[in-house]
This record gives sequence, structure tokens and C-alpha cells, in this order.
Amino acid sequence: MSRLTLWPVAASEQAVRIDALFAGLLVLAGVILVLVGGLMLVFCARYRRGSRARRGELPKILRRDVEIGWTAGTLFLALFLFWWASSLALRGNEAPPDALEIHVVAKQWMWKTRHPGGAREIDALHVPRGEAVRLVMTAQDVIHSFYVPAFRLKQDVLPGRFTEMWFRATRTGAYPLFCAEFCGTQHSHMGGTVTVMEPEDYARWVAAQPQEQDLPGEGAALFTALGCAGCHAPSAAVHAPRLEGLYGRPVQLADGQRVQADAAYLRDSILQPKRAVVAGYEPIMPAFEGLVDEADLQRLVAYIQSLGEARR
Amino acid sequence: MSEALVQRDIPDAPAPGESYLTAGTGLASWLLTTDHKRIALLYMAAITFFFFLGGAGAVAMRIELFTPQADLLSDDAYNRAFTFHGVLMVWFFLLPSIPNILGNFLLPLMIGAQDLAFPRLNLLSWYIFITAGGLAIYTLLAGGVDTGWTFYTPLSTAFANGHVLAAAAAVFIAGFSTIATAVNFIATVHLLRAPGMTWFRLPLFVWAIYATSIVMVLATPVLAMVLLLIFAERAFGIPIFDPLRGGDPILFQHLFWFYSHPAVYIMVLPSFGVISELIACYARRRVFGYSFMVYAILWIALVGFLVWGHHMFVSGQSMLANLAFSFLSFVVAVPSAIKVFNWTATLYRGQIIFDAPMIYALGFVGLFTIGGLTGLFLASIPVDVHVTDTYFVVAHFHYIMVGGAVSALYGGLAFWWPKITGRLYPEGWARFAAVMMFFGFSFTFFPMFVMGFLGMPRRYHVYVPEFQVWHVLASSGAVVLAAAYLLPMGYFAWSLVWGKRATANPWEATGLEWQTASPPPAENFATPPVVTQAPYDYHPEHSGPPAIERAAQRPQGHQP
Repeated sequence: MSRLTLWPVAASEQAVRIDALFAGLLVLAGVILVLVGGLMLVFCARYRRGSRARRGELPKILRRDVEIGWTAGTLFLALFLFWWASSLALRGNEAPPDALEIHVVAKQWMWKTRHPGGAREIDALHVPRGEAVRLVMTAQDVIHSFYVPAFRLKQDVLPGRFTEMWFRATRTGAYPLFCAEFCGTQHSHMGGTVTVMEPEDYARWVAAQPQEQDLPGEGAALFTALGCAGCHAPSAAVHAPRLEGLYGRPVQLADGQRVQADAAYLRDSILQPKRAVVAGYEPIMPAFEGLVDEADLQRLVAYIQSLGEARR
Repeated sequence: MSEALVQRDIPDAPAPGESYLTAGTGLASWLLTTDHKRIALLYMAAITFFFFLGGAGAVAMRIELFTPQADLLSDDAYNRAFTFHGVLMVWFFLLPSIPNILGNFLLPLMIGAQDLAFPRLNLLSWYIFITAGGLAIYTLLAGGVDTGWTFYTPLSTAFANGHVLAAAAAVFIAGFSTIATAVNFIATVHLLRAPGMTWFRLPLFVWAIYATSIVMVLATPVLAMVLLLIFAERAFGIPIFDPLRGGDPILFQHLFWFYSHPAVYIMVLPSFGVISELIACYARRRVFGYSFMVYAILWIALVGFLVWGHHMFVSGQSMLANLAFSFLSFVVAVPSAIKVFNWTATLYRGQIIFDAPMIYALGFVGLFTIGGLTGLFLASIPVDVHVTDTYFVVAHFHYIMVGGAVSALYGGLAFWWPKITGRLYPEGWARFAAVMMFFGFSFTFFPMFVMGFLGMPRRYHVYVPEFQVWHVLASSGAVVLAAAYLLPMGYFAWSLVWGKRATANPWEATGLEWQTASPPPAENFATPPVVTQAPYDYHPEHSGPPAIERAAQRPQGHQP
């Protein structure tokens, strides 16, 4: 048994802010609990049967006025808490554009991570301290949840969809990673370690990893192999949307909607191109649903991303 | 309506005035009864049985979690244990407990009716419940199910090896029992109130059961629907939730929580009613802010339908949806707070007696307050992201549904036991059990808040050793808690044989149910009662009880 702690280590920028909110709520809840519990105990002692405390008529103020008062008071308090919590949630919502992008694939019962340079890990993730890290995650089977208590962050990882989370680690060290969404037999074994390193140590670590072709490189090979290049390459004769600089840009669709060309959009457009046709193009692209797996999709999306991100 | 009932019952009706317990003997007189009081006892027997089974699942878990590594159970056995615990406790214990035991018994008595509006539907709903329960037990014997009580897809439809369909069918069938009971309660409150029993003279217990019934009728069909969709996907391979074939796994969560969040209120609203009756009687005071209590119940029942998305803050739901559900969750906290304040204010200038039911009620208010306050943490998006799917959430909902609803059930049983059985239980033992339940519960579940905040995920069979100290505390507390649950079963059973005979109104309460014999005659009242005033007339309005001695209570109505 290790030594007793009551407050978990805070190792990310978000953790510090969330801890402040948590502490605030703790104080508030404590005050309310002491108030209600204290009043109950005082009343129970003072107005026990047969005590000589004065009873009789309730003071006038203790009727409708006080009732309306504490209803309004509680409502204002609730609205204040909503404002506090939500402004905090919105503040940390968007990842910075220059965040280091790491891909995560969850499967029963394993975490696979992949760094921009192509380094791969299983049940482990090394990240540099002080740099924003964006995780782009998907699952191969059921829903999992990527949970690092020291970062106070958790995000469900879904099959057939990309979800994202980002953090900026502030303390070096090794922190437990858990799967937080029940995912079958060995759910409780599906954990790992997130190691926060100094940036130069991280650079050294990445360099020491066996270098494979990186994700965009593999994506480029697939892009040709699957025939995508036949239409989407700049030299192609077919009238198809160009992909250079597409990533992150708003796209005008044929049905009048505008969508952001993010990973989820690209993914959907590869799998079911007819769902969101770009304005000015014929819906001629075949659906790749069932032809490419999740890992291939990540490669393709990474390749498209590498063709140049639009200015944000 | 009530006339029709009288006429139909006349041919085989017992002599007026005979207790419902002795009017007719033999197994058939119980299994074919349409007397709401007897059906309540049938429910009590069945629900107690399921409580034991569900409790056995909890015992297995708490023993296993005593050490970080696996020692008693395999991974699969542990997963099946918590799934079984959840399914049984939610659908076969908590949901039906107060409505079907206390509600069934008391609702007609409290409004001066002879029975529920549809006595045979009432019996049918028990048989449906037993069928569903039988199927749940079959699921266990066949090897169990390992999806968690939430049946999340695509785990439940494409990956789980357990008997998902049998378990889902059990829950599906139980839903019909719930709906039948709820329709019956709604019709009864609308149609069978005694002369003079206006809506704002209804005891708060009746209001609570009425609001619960409305939630049941509106929410349960959504559960039935989502279970059918699971059936379609798992049994027939129709892709609805499976993303690899065009389905949407998040859709399941929306539908499931659209039912299951209101279901939380189905579990806890009836206990609000019980606690209001208990506190008023033992503080010898009118319930403070009766009309606000009614509006709070209705507000909770309504807004409770609009907060389901707060279970899904980390599911990949959009930030806008998260904000909307966070906002509504904070809003739904307000009426619960009002109820706590009103219960506290009811104690002010009372003549408080600390009998066992009152100890349960005071314990309820304390535990429910902690449960409600931690709900504010979970309504805050950033905090929820950290603690959702950890033991913090486990502790939170056990505070509401076990610290809250189960305390209220035990308190209500103690309070109405003399009415139900005509016997008094040993008060000293009952007080001891009530105090023990409060402390046993706190020792079991408070450590879970701490370990949840430290990052201990829920549904973990093995865990990181640093959490062990908290698990040991919780498991030790669970021993005390189990004793506190078992003890009343002992002295209640004892009282049936050796308990003193109860008078009609041993606690000097004001409700109509105390204006008839204990136990009541089969037809409830010799003559239909006439209601002349509001409930809780424990003292003249606006003057309060006198010092030292309590005022004489005035019953809500009388039999002319």
C-alpha cells in the first residue's frame, strides 16, 4: 500500500484550472452541508419533545417570503455555478493549431499510439512537457475511454468515428492511463502509462525509436494504391475536388451547408462520399466503406492533412 | 367508479370489518387476490427476494475488491456480478420498491378509496413482474450477462458473450409491469379521491407517487424501444448501433439515458413523499411550504426528462449539447434543494421525537444532501470530465438511490409496519438499525468519492494498489451496512408472532390511513371517509405546537 493521498497529482494545464473549480465546489458544498446539517442538529436538540424552547406561531417572515427567497437564491447560485463551470469548459475546448498530433487506436484491450514521426507504442504514450498535444482517437471494436487522472481528462474513443482531446503537460513523470468505459472482459487491465518528458528528452526518445514510414507517407502509398490519385491528383482529367490545402478549411456543400474539412469530415467523405457532396462537383466518387479499415483511414486522412493545412 | 367496485366485490366479500390479512385464507386467496393491500405484500415478498439476490452481487464485488489483484472472481465473473447487481437493483428492487410496496398499500388508504382503480390490472402487473424476475434469474443461472446494467452498444450487440437478450427481455417485460402500475395509480388519484380530498389536500406521499407514475408512463416506453433495437441488432443483425455497418453507437446512449435519467427520479421521488410524511409526524408540525413541495415534485418530474445528456459529456457529444445539458442539470438541482430546506424548516419549533422512522428520515436528508451536492460537481462539465465513469459517480448515485431511496424505504416500512401488519416491532432495535444504516452507508460509500476523485475508474475488477486503502474502508463499511439491512428483517419477522398489537393510530398521525383499523379491513373503511381539511394538522395553523407538551393532532378526515 502506498502512502495516503487525498488530492491527485496535477500534471496538465487543464488540471490546475479544474482543480480550482473542484476546490471551489468543495468549499461551497461544505458550507451548504454544514448549514443544513447544523440547522438540523440544532433544531433536533432545541425542539426535541418536552424541551422548554419557545414554540408557538412562526415569525411572519418565515412563511412565503423565505420560501421565495431561498428558491431564488438557489437558482442564482446554480446559474453562477453553470457560468463558472461552462466558461472553464469553453476556455480549454479548442486545441492550439500547432499542437503535436498523436494518433490513438483503442481495441479490446490495448492502446496503440502513433507519433508524427512514425514511432509506435502500445499501452504507453510519451509526450513532451509544455507542448500542446492533440490526440486523434478511434476504436476498432467497442467504445473505450482514454482517461489520464493526472491530466483530469477523459474522452470516449468510438468505433467508426474520430474523437479528439488535447492537453499541455506541465510536470515530467509517469502517470497512469486507464480505460474508463466498460469494454468487456479485460476492461480493468486496459491501462498504460503516459510519460511526460522534457522536450529535448522527448526529441531524443523519438529519434531512438525504430523509424518506419510515417503516417502521411503510408497514406500517400494508399492514395495511389486505392486509385484516389486517379481523380484527386492535380494532373487528373476527372473533375474532382483538389485536396491541397483542404484540411481545416470550410467547404461549401451542394445542399447549401458549410462544413469544416476536419478529420471527421474527411473520414465520412471517404466512406460515404454521397452524404456530403462538394458544391460544383458530380457525386461520382465510389464509397470506400468496407474497403478501408480504421488504420488505413488514419493514414489517408494524415496524408490529406500533410498536403497542407489551410491557414487558421 | 367506487360504486361499481363495491357491487362487484359483494358476492364473495368477507364480513365487513374483518382484517384484510384474515379475510380469506389459503394460497389461492393470496395468489388470486385483487386487494391492493395483499398485492402490496406479494410485491414485498418478491422485491425482498430480489434485494437479497442483488445484494449477493454487491457482496461478491466488495469481497473481491478488498485486494487490488484478482482473488475470488475471474474477470468475467466480476463483470457478471456487477451487471447482475445493477440490473436487479435498478429494475427489480429500487424502481418498484416504494411505489409497489408502500404505494400499492397506502395510496387508496390515503385518499380514502377502497382499492386502486383497476384491481385486476394491479394483480396482473405483479404477475408480469414475477415473469420478468423469473427471466432475470434464468439469465443468472444460464451464465449471466457482462455488459453492465447500461447495455452500451456496440459492446452489448456485437461483442458481449453473455445472455444479453435474456437480460434485455427481462427488463423489457418488467417495464410493462411498471407501466400497468403507473396507469393504475394515475387513474386512482384522478378518480377515487374521497369527497373533500381536493388536489391540494393530498398528502405529499400521494403527490410523489402520482408524479412518479407520470414519469413511469412517459419514460418506460423509450426503454422498451431501445431494448427492442438491441434485440433487432443482436438477434437479427439489423445494424442500428454498429458503426461498422452504418449504425450510430451514440444513438443508443441518447435513447437509454432519455429513459434512465427520469428513472433516477422514479427511484427517488417516492422517497421524497415518504420523508415528508415521516418528518411531519415526528416533528409534530405541518410540512413547511406544502405547495412549494408539490411544485418542486412536479418541476423535478418535468425537467428530469431534459437532462439526460449530462451522462454523455465525454461521449463525443458536441460542446453546445454539453452546455445545454449542464445548464438544465443545474436547474433541476433547485427543486431538490428546496425540498431539503423545507424538511429542515419543518423541524423548526417542532416537538421532535426520535423514533426509528424519524432517524431514518433525518439520515435520509443528510445523505440525500451529500448526494445532491455532489450532483453539482457532476453537472459542471470540466469536473465531470475528470470524475465521470469513476467511483465518484458510483458514490454519487448510491448516495441518492441507496442512502436516499433505501433509507426512505426502511423508514417508511417502520412507520407503516403497524398499519400493514397490526403489530409493533421492538423500538430499541429499530433505532439501533436506523443509526447503523446511516454509519454503515457512510463508511461504505464516502471513501468512493475520494478514490473516484483520485482517478479510480468504475467497473474495475483489478486496480492500482494505491486505491486499496479506500477499497478496504468501503468493504468494511459494507459489512456494517449489510447487518443494518438484515437486522430489520429479523425484528419485523419477530413482530409478526410476538409483537404487541398496534392500535389504529399508534404514532398519532393525521393521514386517512390511520383512521381505519390496523391492519385495515379488506374494504379499507367501514364507510367512505369525508375529508374536511388539509393534511398534517398536527397543530393549529400559524400558532405551532405548544412548548413542552404536544398538541392533539386533527385527522384529515373522518368516517361519517
